[in-house]
Amino acid sequence: MIKFELNGRQISVDADPDMPLLWAIRDEIGLTGTKFGCGIGACGACTVHIDGTATRSCITYLADVEGQSVTTIEGLDEKGNHPVQEAWRNLRVPQCGYCQSGQIMQAASLLQDTPNPSDEDIDAVMTGNLCRCMTYPRIRQAVRDAATAMGGSDNG
Amino acid sequence: MANLMSRLKGSDTQSQMTRRGFLVSMTAAGVAFGFPQASNAAMNPAVPDGTPITPNGQTFEPSMWYWIDADGQVNVNIIRAEMGQHVGTAIARILADELEVAWEDVHITHVDTAEKWGLMVTGGSWSIWQSWPVYRQAGAAGRTALIEAAAAKWGVDASGLTARDGAVTDGTQSISYGDLVADGLDRSFTEDELAALPLKPHADLRLVGQDVHPLDLDTKTTGQAIYGLDAKVDGMVYGVPMLPPTRYGSKVNSVDDSAAKEVKGYLETVVLDDPSGTVPGWVVVLGKTLHAARMATYEISVDWTAGETADVSEDDIQARSRELIGSDAGSILHTEQPETSAVFDAAADTLEAEYTTQSVLHFQMEPVNATVFQNADGIWETHAGNQWQSLILPTLSTALEVPADKIVMRSYMLGGGFGRRLNGDYIVPAALASKAVGKPVKLVFSREEDAQFDSIRSPSVQKLRMAFDDAKAVTGMEHHAAAGWPTQVMAPGFMPKGVNEEPYDPFAIDGADHWYTVGAHRVRAISNDLANATFRPGWLRSVGPGWTNFAVESFMDEAAHKVGTDPLQFRLDHLKAEGINAGSAPNAVGGASRQATVLQRVAEMSGYGTNDLPEGTAIGIATTFGQSRSMPTWTAAAVKLAVDAETGEVAVQKMWLAFDCGTVVDPDGAHAQCVGAALWGLSMALHEGTRIENGNVVDLNLGSYTPLRMVDVPDVEVAFVESTEAPVGLGEPGTTVIAPAIANAIFNATGARVRHLPITGDAILAAKES
Repeated sequence: MIKFELNGRQISVDADPDMPLLWAIRDEIGLTGTKFGCGIGACGACTVHIDGTATRSCITYLADVEGQSVTTIEGLDEKGNHPVQEAWRNLRVPQCGYCQSGQIMQAASLLQDTPNPSDEDIDAVMTGNLCRCMTYPRIRQAVRDAATAMGGSDNG
Repeated sequence: MANLMSRLKGSDTQSQMTRRGFLVSMTAAGVAFGFPQASNAAMNPAVPDGTPITPNGQTFEPSMWYWIDADGQVNVNIIRAEMGQHVGTAIARILADELEVAWEDVHITHVDTAEKWGLMVTGGSWSIWQSWPVYRQAGAAGRTALIEAAAAKWGVDASGLTARDGAVTDGTQSISYGDLVADGLDRSFTEDELAALPLKPHADLRLVGQDVHPLDLDTKTTGQAIYGLDAKVDGMVYGVPMLPPTRYGSKVNSVDDSAAKEVKGYLETVVLDDPSGTVPGWVVVLGKTLHAARMATYEISVDWTAGETADVSEDDIQARSRELIGSDAGSILHTEQPETSAVFDAAADTLEAEYTTQSVLHFQMEPVNATVFQNADGIWETHAGNQWQSLILPTLSTALEVPADKIVMRSYMLGGGFGRRLNGDYIVPAALASKAVGKPVKLVFSREEDAQFDSIRSPSVQKLRMAFDDAKAVTGMEHHAAAGWPTQVMAPGFMPKGVNEEPYDPFAIDGADHWYTVGAHRVRAISNDLANATFRPGWLRSVGPGWTNFAVESFMDEAAHKVGTDPLQFRLDHLKAEGINAGSAPNAVGGASRQATVLQRVAEMSGYGTNDLPEGTAIGIATTFGQSRSMPTWTAAAVKLAVDAETGEVAVQKMWLAFDCGTVVDPDGAHAQCVGAALWGLSMALHEGTRIENGNVVDLNLGSYTPLRMVDVPDVEVAFVESTEAPVGLGEPGTTVIAPAIANAIFNATGARVRHLPITGDAILAAKES
């Protein structure tokens, strides 16, 4: 049994400790908002927060989160209204949408750490998240808009 | 989880993915049900559980495309796959506009497969173009019937009544559609009556061309949108494939899974028996969890005899293309004057060049997957994202050895299509595995398996020639294009015949039959048999026009330079709306003149030819007609870039695109599609490309395969020509212009002519040397 906090709740999961956290979240716990893209931590679709840090859940073992706090897209905001999510909707960022949970989790983490990111900061952090629909220009702008909405940025 | 919760609560509110939903899910885990039952598919993407709205009271169904209920709610049936185009929203608004209902009352349902829907395909940038006349007519039918019903109720003449916002009025009294439907309404229309219905004049369109929030969008920001990978069936087991050494012809000699029996959760290994021949030599490993199945594969050894293509390389395939181009193989397309030998014999001068493109992976974000089972009614259900249900259903029927009407394909959001999911081959092994073990099977490919099994964009070789008279006027052109042919391999019935009665794959040659007036014009499409045998060629965003236009539009620049004319002027001189290029209604009114207009537009937007740019920096242009002559989307691009003199590295600074797609139905979606398509063009021009070695692609994941990422994304500016013509497609055309515009800009910046995709710094430096 691996015990950890998920989206603010204490849970325990009875699964192989070597199971990637991604599959534990999706298949054992049943939260499917976190997506599988590459399995090697290189596309960002599986991004969750572990103790507040954006982390690729496909290369994180379930055992690694014992006692830690994990947040998925479902737990980012109870009503789905985190400023990043609102910015994503206002700018209509998603196309197919499959990568967007990871993009949003990455962006939320970026703004947590760097409330007033420069364009270079945004590019440097968000370039780790692949979007095959190529929504990049809108992602870039939505991160700026979210920064402004969160009161961190006035340079958007 | 949201699905289950909704079944229990009957609710579809936004706040569903809350802790309460979480608790329900946790409680329900492990509960055994009777017959396998799937969670809801993504039929209604506006709500977290995907459940379509249910009608209240009476309904009126003027056509199979929608119903209206006694509350005036409208449910529009969508046969297209949602993969990022917000296609349901665009189609529903076309209908709602003619029907005259308020947008708030409009809902969509992505329907399951059924024969009545006819051809179910989402590709070719066809969806809006094909739906426009059908859904307008359907909307007009409802509006007409409701106005007639109000006229009868009031005992007045229908001609004095108008409809707006879901109500009919005579100027003093008003009755809602819902009330009219509640009274009972069963008016139906014959095909002739439908065709004769009055459609609204363009100026009265209220939803088309306006800003409408996409119905599928919000659930994509909360993790609630339901993709094939999220499908869940009671009692399902997980499968992962073990791929044979060649796409075709491999045979399994033996399987040893003795070591796998130690893996907790490992169930069994199945050697697939595939009567459809889709996945020969396949092995599927099953586990209680995906992780268990995956871990088991590391402990299982399979002995295969490989098929004949085990040693084939990209170079072999390209060599075969050159050999075929040198022969008289292939199909000659219908052009105004396909016989060119006389003009080339008489030419004062000629130009010839060869262009090549490398294999490209789809690398859609969601690796292919499918969940398949036989339900309590004996019907086989497939749960997967798919773009061409009508194509794979007969194959599934053959594979499962059941009639096609015993199979239903449920709809899911697609984690990227780009043409990969036009080919539903990935559903077949899930179906066969489920049949073999008598349980629901969820088959999930790893990224590496997805890449190896991809229906790649075939490598291509093209030879272009142009003949000039002694006044340097163009007298003839030839275009010989060889590649793997997706349509020949998967849907040969869709191949037309050329002037020599040979069939050709339009998706592997469209673009070469351009709208320039060049005198004699020979366009020859050649199928590369070695490519077709080695991999399953795919339709990949823009398909043939993604490589044919790289050749045509690079060559037009080369020809312009040869005769000493500016490439912009040279193109305009040959884009004449005359003869075969005059254009015709309804799809190509204006012909080549509209292509000239978008080209001039990007020249103006970009400042092409007028600005003084730094050394090594330049703008290049290109223009195409999108996907095909039968549905031209007039497209042009200008790309500004800088080439590093030392490394040859290209930095794209800005891209401008102009489109004339007729009526723009969804302005914001159109912008998004065009930007995305253009960035695909950029990615395939500079960032991605693989090659075949030993019968398979060598790049299987992001360690070596490097699609465009944010750091390399330039500013993109898009303009649309205002038009009231019929709408044509926008999903792909933006892809077709970028690679040649980049190649032309590189030439303008450095004098180096690159004729191979993807373009590398080394290739630029080498071309500069020569």
